[in-house]
Amino acid sequence: MPDRNESIPDDHDPLRNIAPTDSDHLDYVGQQGLAVEQETLIEPDPGKREQARSLWGDAWRDLRRRPIFIISAVLIVLLILIAIFPSLFTSTDPRASDLTNNYLRRPDWSDFFGAGWFGYDGQGRSIYARVIYGARASITVGICVTLAVTLLGGLAGMSAGYFGGWMDAVISRITDIFFGIPLLLGALVLLNAFATRNVWSVVIALAFLGWTQLARVMRGSVITVKQSDYVVAGRALGAGTGRLMFRHILPNAIAPVIVVATIALGGYITAEATLSFLGIGLQDPTISWGVDISSAQKVIRQAPFVLFFPAAALSITVLAFIMMGDAVRDALDPKLR
Amino acid sequence: MTVNGATPLGATTPEEVAFAQEVRRGEPILEVRDLRKHFPLTRGVLFKKQVGAVKAVDGVSFDLMQGETLGIVGESGCGKSTLAKVLMNLEPASAGSVKYKGEEISRLSGSALKAVRRNIQMVFQDPYTSLNPRMTVGDIIGEPFEIHPEVAPKGDRRKAVQDLLDVVGLNPEYINRYPHQFSGGQRQRIGIARGLALKPEIIICDEPVSALDVSVQAQVINLLEQLQAEFELSYMFIAHDLSIVRHISDRVGVMYLGRMVEIGSDLEIYDHATHPYTQALLSAVPVPDPTARESRDRIVLVGDVPSPAKPPSGCRFRTRCWKAQEKCEREDPALTAREWLEGRARHDSACHFAAERENI
Amino acid sequence: MSTVADQTRPAREEPWTGPLLDVRNLHVEFRTRDGVVRAVNGVNYSVAAGETLAVLGESGSGKSVTAQAIMGILDMPPAAIPEGEILYRGRDMLKMSKEERRKIRGQKIAMIFQDALSSLNPVLPVGFQLGEMYRAHRGSNRKEAKAKAIELMDRVRIPAARERVGDYPHQFSGGMRQRIMIAMALALEPDLIIADEPTTALDVTVQAQVMDLLAELQAEYHMGLILITHDLGVVADVADKIAVMYAGRIVETAPVHDLYARPAHPYTRGLLDSIPRLDQKGQELYAIKGLPPNLLRIPPGCAFNPRCPRAQEICRHEVPPLAQVTEDDGTPVAGRGSACFFWKETLHDG
Repeated sequence: MPDRNESIPDDHDPLRNIAPTDSDHLDYVGQQGLAVEQETLIEPDPGKREQARSLWGDAWRDLRRRPIFIISAVLIVLLILIAIFPSLFTSTDPRASDLTNNYLRRPDWSDFFGAGWFGYDGQGRSIYARVIYGARASITVGICVTLAVTLLGGLAGMSAGYFGGWMDAVISRITDIFFGIPLLLGALVLLNAFATRNVWSVVIALAFLGWTQLARVMRGSVITVKQSDYVVAGRALGAGTGRLMFRHILPNAIAPVIVVATIALGGYITAEATLSFLGIGLQDPTISWGVDISSAQKVIRQAPFVLFFPAAALSITVLAFIMMGDAVRDALDPKLR
Repeated sequence: MTVNGATPLGATTPEEVAFAQEVRRGEPILEVRDLRKHFPLTRGVLFKKQVGAVKAVDGVSFDLMQGETLGIVGESGCGKSTLAKVLMNLEPASAGSVKYKGEEISRLSGSALKAVRRNIQMVFQDPYTSLNPRMTVGDIIGEPFEIHPEVAPKGDRRKAVQDLLDVVGLNPEYINRYPHQFSGGQRQRIGIARGLALKPEIIICDEPVSALDVSVQAQVINLLEQLQAEFELSYMFIAHDLSIVRHISDRVGVMYLGRMVEIGSDLEIYDHATHPYTQALLSAVPVPDPTARESRDRIVLVGDVPSPAKPPSGCRFRTRCWKAQEKCEREDPALTAREWLEGRARHDSACHFAAERENI
Repeated sequence: MSTVADQTRPAREEPWTGPLLDVRNLHVEFRTRDGVVRAVNGVNYSVAAGETLAVLGESGSGKSVTAQAIMGILDMPPAAIPEGEILYRGRDMLKMSKEERRKIRGQKIAMIFQDALSSLNPVLPVGFQLGEMYRAHRGSNRKEAKAKAIELMDRVRIPAARERVGDYPHQFSGGMRQRIMIAMALALEPDLIIADEPTTALDVTVQAQVMDLLAELQAEYHMGLILITHDLGVVADVADKIAVMYAGRIVETAPVHDLYARPAHPYTRGLLDSIPRLDQKGQELYAIKGLPPNLLRIPPGCAFNPRCPRAQEICRHEVPPLAQVTEDDGTPVAGRGSACFFWKETLHDG
């Protein structure tokens, strides 16, 4: 019923009492003589005291100590560098084809970072160069789709969760409908409708189908946060919708969205590769891991390495983002603090 | 007859009259009349159909006087927290009126509501959930100034926040800290500072100490009393701890199932209760004194509080009342002073058979 | 003294005359990111059959952690028990195999939690959950189990038990749910019940009913009862003896009357004084200054010294042992101890 049960001082959670870490001696004797207690002030670790710690700050300090986060962060930074400046990593033209000399030539491990390092594909092109140049398509699709769905889904979920009523009913029903459409099947149909298919058409198709997942997460999160006492306190002060949404609700509701988005990013990269593999996504002049995996299947018996390298690059990329999502979730999980 | 159960206290002495006048001094700053809050119960996902209503607050009337503390006690589900939310305009009232200094405020919106909010503020129960964990203490206490910029000019805000911290007994240097760095009692002080920022006249305290440790409760109660004297505040103090309510309140109202069943000065309620529910509530309170437990005569009520969606007909307490008679089922007792009662027993009580207990 | 027990239950295999449960020098710590949280720092207490021990303390005093250690339901890690013994009928439970402990838990020692709603499975009828105890531990069949469940519900005075046996937890009120929790704890007729804030979540009028029921059943079954609470009022009503905990230590033990009449530790005294009294109306309440200690950094010496009005130099350096409290003529008062260097002064000034 509307009344709340009296919450009581409990010590069922022995860790709760650690919360006021350096604040034991914060109580203070007010100059106006209104303070109630007088405290013998003992200064513990004076250096540490001045440090104000936000939850994000705590999460960051926590993340820095997680090997999984460090590994995935290094990988992601490297991948982004490769995507932006592929020419830094190889001087070979990924489109240069030499069928006479290089047709399915095996990897030459002595050709360290050279054109023949990973061998050559069925059209005599350097697989190493193609793996490097292929990163751009995958990373672009992954990041752009994630940004788009976070923005779209976040906004929709926030409106649904905050305003409720008919707005919630409409948005929730739409997400329910989308929930029934398999991402790949939907993208397949959508992409067929595009006249030209490039990275951006893939981004649009995936974002269009993917935003509802984020909207659901955001909606749930906003509904939980909206009921907290501090939001009620904001309303009691007379705070307007904008202030409540962006100052009180969003910062507290965003964490699960960030986690889901980071993990989903890997999924979008896979989706792009799958679509390209099926011949619906990117197509040959565009260099992408999916396209290369697709063309490698014709020669898989004679030259499995043609499939191996783009596939490995794809797996490592997806894994890096999923690991990052995991680490971020652990760091932000309020139950662990 | 039950009426004879009243303990006559003798004729109303001049002292008694003076006492009654003293209690009712001052002007009412808040007048609540027949306030109702019903939460509709609906069925169906898309096309919602109302199938009933939870009558959380169902016809409550009282006055809050300038500078007094009105305690509201009752068990969970009695509607005391909903009452606070409605008075704060956090939930729209279903019916009835709330007047602040004679001006109707229960149906305000927009800037008129915002203006009223400056004068009525709230202290929440749970200091762990009522402060935004992503904001610093300075931002939390400074937020009222951002919402109502006319209260403190921009340049003075930091100073104002530090003054408030000082007033509630926290070190002003900790303005940049986050709530989780403080203990429960300290957080409650932050919550109180936020409530004070707009210099309100009324503060509604919803169970302000029930989430705190016993040894810290007294500190916060003392702080609230000091602030009341300093800033001439009127408090509505909602709590379930009867001894704390008695300590801080000038008058006390007892709620049961959405209704006010008895209201009067602290002496009238605690020593001369005439409503059976108040008597049972008072007798059930565990007394921290083992010698008292043998001597006191406890009323153990049977059963549970009925659902506020389906309150009993007539008197709502009759299902658990040992005095209940046929009349109680038929007639809803009015909250009024019964003419057969005398002295301090003669205060507003919603019982057809209002009477003091024989011996307490 | 034990006639009730003899009638209601079969005789034990081994006659045991000592205390049912004897906790000795128990330490519990939690290893966290921020350091070691010393939640329990050398607790000693014992409970005999038919006796009610109230453990009184604020949050962080270690009262619940001690109970969880006794029940063996602490998550280890992060928790660890570096030192101490928990003797059940003279045998150290900490040295028993998992299987042996599991048998004691529930059958011999049962626990009642504060929040009955979250302790009951929401998707199973309460009757089934009660019967489950008999099916799992006694090998009863469905029919017997159901009959037993109804009997138990009757016993804890749930009206219309036969009709309500198929209801789900949410269909009961808070007080009724707590009765079901009590029924569940009683199901296997344990020797000892640990009740952790059993009435805190309930309303006062319901609190009285539940406490009365618990006390009555305890007498009927001649069980030991450990009542963990922060509420001085609840304790006064039912306990025989009281142990007051602060920062993981017992600071005072006393029979219930003595504790309220003449506390021998400044912390207990402060708690009693901070309860609003009639004659204090309009005055400032006595408040213990400062805050409960941070368990990561318990002050050296007596943990209460920064808040204590009596603190001297010695209190800041030496941990006071739990001293036997004596009368003026030196005769020891049975069951009274105080972990304060100045217990004599505290006792007399009060």
